[in-house]
Amino acid sequence: MRALRSFLAFGYDFLVGDDWTIAAGVMLALALTKALTVTGIPAWWLPPLAVLGMLAFSLGRAIRRSR
Amino acid sequence: MTAAMFLVATVFLACAVEAIEALTIVLAMGTTCGWRSTLYGVAGGLAVLAAVVAALGPTLAVIPFGAVRLVVGGLLLVLGLQWLRKAILRASGFTPLRDEAAIYDRQVHAARTATGSGRWLFVADRYAFTLAFKGVLLEGLEVALIVITLGADEGSIALAMLGAALAVVVVTVTGIAVRAPLARVPENTMKFAVGVMLTSFGIFWGAEGAGVSWPGEDAALLGVLAYVLSVAGIAVGVLRRTRRKHGAPEHTGAG
Repeated sequence: MRALRSFLAFGYDFLVGDDWTIAAGVMLALALTKALTVTGIPAWWLPPLAVLGMLAFSLGRAIRRSR
Repeated sequence: MTAAMFLVATVFLACAVEAIEALTIVLAMGTTCGWRSTLYGVAGGLAVLAAVVAALGPTLAVIPFGAVRLVVGGLLLVLGLQWLRKAILRASGFTPLRDEAAIYDRQVHAARTATGSGRWLFVADRYAFTLAFKGVLLEGLEVALIVITLGADEGSIALAMLGAALAVVVVTVTGIAVRAPLARVPENTMKFAVGVMLTSFGIFWGAEGAGVSWPGEDAALLGVLAYVLSVAGIAVGVLRRTRRKHGAPEHTGAG
């Protein structure tokens, strides 16, 4: 039971970390990328743009919290 | 003879690219998180890889590599962005390095108190272990796939294996050679670089796993790396200006 709890805690910390919006944003971005490629639309530009947006959003949150 | 040499050279180059990708992750984890857990991760990845190759053999080609890349790429992207975010906040002076270390120590202590042991069996750093494990396993599977597909096409698995083995040896020896100079890089600079690399690999593999065809194929990874480095560098500059503009105190020791 302890080992399972430890493993789940590690999994949460590993995936979510300090800012849950990053994990959620990555899943959303990759899902959108998949949806575009399935419909035949070139989507190589989407993950780099999503990273820009996620980083800006997450850094903004961190700075607002620090004030 | 020429065809055989061409096969060995082709497999060598293709496998060297994959081995360099795995080496980058292993070096990044080993230098920042410690070598013991990282090398356990490498050993674990190699053991699972050997078992998968032995069990599946030529049917390895049926593994859904797209799905594997999507999952591994997504995880690398999440972790890379978390590292990069922290490194940018430190480099811009918003987060003091010492406070981060204190928070980390508190979290480790809390985890040890809650679970009885912060260790994962004999692994002290689970992040380093998991990332090294995934990197070696994914790239190793790709090396095995290259050997099987190119070797089968040319009717010589043995020669393809020779090319792959040479590539892995050359890349490993290079990695051992650059390990010591890397250890002298300041901690936050190294973490910044690791964040940039993990994010770049995450974008590249995650997008490929989602079905993207990169312009320029594997060479696009260099473009992605330059892009992420630029974005992170600009973010540090903007945040430094923002901090000065609002008169926030600078936390020293941020690297």
